[in-house]
Amino acid sequence: MEKKMEEYAIIDNYLCIRMPGEVDHHGAANIRECADRLILDDKVKNIVFDFEDTTFMDSSGLGIIIGRYRKISCFGGKVYAINTNERISRLLKASGMSAIIEIIA
Amino acid sequence: MENEYTKSQNTQRAANEICMEFDAISENEGLARIVIAAFLARVDPTVDEIEDVKTAVSEAVTNAIIHGYGEKGGRVFMRASLSPENELSVEVSDKGVGIADVEQAMQPLFTTGAANERSGMGFSFMEAFMDRLEVESSVGEGTCVHMWKSFGCEPDEAMPILQAAVWNRSGRV
Repeated sequence: MEKKMEEYAIIDNYLCIRMPGEVDHHGAANIRECADRLILDDKVKNIVFDFEDTTFMDSSGLGIIIGRYRKISCFGGKVYAINTNERISRLLKASGMSAIIEIIA
Repeated sequence: MENEYTKSQNTQRAANEICMEFDAISENEGLARIVIAAFLARVDPTVDEIEDVKTAVSEAVTNAIIHGYGEKGGRVFMRASLSPENELSVEVSDKGVGIADVEQAMQPLFTTGAANERSGMGFSFMEAFMDRLEVESSVGEGTCVHMWKSFGCEPDEAMPILQAAVWNRSGRV
């Protein structure tokens, strides 16, 4: 399942990524590649992961977020997770991710 | 479907077991989650309980595909059973490379997959979302992850804190 580019938008210096319904290892490589291409091409500073459509996420999702965080945090960029449902908010908080990203449910 | 038969079976049901074998490819991670969720239907799980089991199974199957078989393919086996007391037992096994040091592999944040951005949280998720977890592995023979969870008891803590997971600016302690 190729990820469509309309799921990625650059607004000011924010790269917004609309996450799929199920975030697992299966789709992770594609999200990584698309996101990293845009991070390089457009001098993106911050990243927003939009979880509005997401009902399932396993630890692969943490890997995606941490990896992007590493790429932009050294340039002072911030990472946001928005529209997270209750479970995903809890999962991000329980696994300590709230120390490095901002979660806006 | 509520009929006389299901009513009479409500308190105590026969044990039930399923077994599936599938190719070690990533698109089957979702399949394994759907199967286990459907299998659980009879215990009338809460949404959170279903998600807990789906997450744990997803981690175990992903490990088999990525680490057991190094994403080169193979066969993954999932065996699930429900006891008359509604305890779920799930085994996810592979005939892959095996794990030399299981204790180390189960440490939170430990990963051999850093290049592929694995978070090292797979076993921590399994432990957090299930009641019990056992891992057996022999190098060159494969790995079996065995997990248990009971249903219909007093609710667990909503989500146990994944204690050791502390991230610093570089993303990892």
